[in-house]
Amino acid sequence: MNEGQIRQVIIDILERIAPDEDLSELDDAVPFREQMELDSMDFLDIVMELRKQYRIQIPEEDYEHLVTMNSTVTYLTPLLKDVESPA
Amino acid sequence: MERDTIIIGAGLSGLAAGIRLAYYDREVTVLERHTTIGGLNSFYRLRNRNYDVGLHAVTNYAPHGTKTGPLSKLLRQLRMRWDDFNLSPQKGSAVAFQGRKLRFNNDFAFLEQEIASTFPAQIDNFRKLVDVIAEHDPLRLDRKEASARAVLGSHISDPLLIDMLLCPLMFYGSATPRDMDFSQFVIMFRSIFLEGFGRPLEGIRKILKNLVKRFKSLGGELRLRAGVKSIHVTGNRATAVELDSGEVIEAKNIVSSAGSYETLKLCGSRPDEIDMRRFQPGDISFCETLFTLNRTPAELGINETVLFYNDTPEFHYENPADPVDLRSGIICSPNNFEYDRPMDEGMVRITALANSDYWFNLPQDKYEEQKAYWCDEIVRSALGYIPDFRDAVVDTDMFTPRTIRKFTGHVNGCVYGAPNKLVDGRTHLHNLFLCGTDQGFLGIIGSMLSGITIANYHLLK
Repeated sequence: MNEGQIRQVIIDILERIAPDEDLSELDDAVPFREQMELDSMDFLDIVMELRKQYRIQIPEEDYEHLVTMNSTVTYLTPLLKDVESPA
Repeated sequence: MERDTIIIGAGLSGLAAGIRLAYYDREVTVLERHTTIGGLNSFYRLRNRNYDVGLHAVTNYAPHGTKTGPLSKLLRQLRMRWDDFNLSPQKGSAVAFQGRKLRFNNDFAFLEQEIASTFPAQIDNFRKLVDVIAEHDPLRLDRKEASARAVLGSHISDPLLIDMLLCPLMFYGSATPRDMDFSQFVIMFRSIFLEGFGRPLEGIRKILKNLVKRFKSLGGELRLRAGVKSIHVTGNRATAVELDSGEVIEAKNIVSSAGSYETLKLCGSRPDEIDMRRFQPGDISFCETLFTLNRTPAELGINETVLFYNDTPEFHYENPADPVDLRSGIICSPNNFEYDRPMDEGMVRITALANSDYWFNLPQDKYEEQKAYWCDEIVRSALGYIPDFRDAVVDTDMFTPRTIRKFTGHVNGCVYGAPNKLVDGRTHLHNLFLCGTDQGFLGIIGSMLSGITIANYHLLK
């Protein structure tokens, strides 16, 4: 997957976590927490969704990389580069 | 065939735990003894009418689009939409004690005004208390016990106001007589006074049916008429459950919503093997009378959504000496929410503390007779607070601690479970966990968060 496809994977996960949320205005440079009021339970969910769908393990000390869309995509790019895009 | 997880009880907490586990591809089975789901918060049909048990109102109300708070957290965890519960806000409730009345609704500023006008000397103290409540984190799994009365007493000097604030919170969630743990108080204060009441037009069945639909769509298995007779134990692990039918189902993990004491009994544990003080059952139970009316409550002059009343100098929240405690009670009018369209019929429910042993020990013929007698007495006590509605009654039903014991399995018919909450859900066995009332997140939303938290923390992390 390329960066654009990884971004879409995260958008899909956020849509599942918060189906009532409008994500079209999401700013990739601003923390999810500030824009969507995500809490630690929700971040754990993002990690578990990635594990469920792509079998990737993210250790707890790396959760800090999942702050904004930009930092998340940067962190996931090496982990998902050899994985086929779901679309 | 071994299941990943077996959940005992298809109530709100068990179904919510089941959804989380099924979503993450666990092989999960929810076992329910009864022919219907719900447990403590359930529904039934009688003479062609729908009734709710448990739920008067959903606490933790939040309007559509709210991003913070327990309701939005819950919906995210369940991957459900706000419309799946479709809560309509209350019209307005009140606490009435000895001629004094405090009204409240889903706007906290209104309660502050009420306190400022009814208890002017206490309003600054009340605001300080609210600051303390805002600072307190009651969801820490390592929280410490403290007396709510002691904390309230250190801020508010009028005992009547203390009782009036405690009354709705105790009635809607305290397993402890006379006092509450301060963390429980904070949870209830936020859920009732800061967030408020809502209700789906269709009542609790709307929530329960959507939970079951979600659970099954994720591949979860729900079995009704599948009561658990015992939990098989080897060393410090639970290995299987045995059903009333004798069928044995093996599982890697078991989550029980049956109650802490009740779950220990299923394990066949001897009291000397474990610290029994942690597992003492509660004894707070209720009688409830339900009246279908040929008019709306508002047409009869009953305007509150929920009215909490008490007519003695001190509020007594405890297992009463009499069969029913007529000194205090709760009057709920399910019509008095801001629905898009009206309910089919008018309804009033009146609930009062009751002595479980009295109701358990009555022979069947006396039971029906005593129900009729105390039903009339409960109404008489409530008529000090609402207009007489008896001419409008077209159907009546009543349930007692005996009914509650039958449908929840709680030994004393206790509604809010054991006084000692096992907040981290751990038991004496490594792979047996508790969720629901005895884990300790209360209310409709809280009970679902209880199942979710235990699933996340112990089984998914």
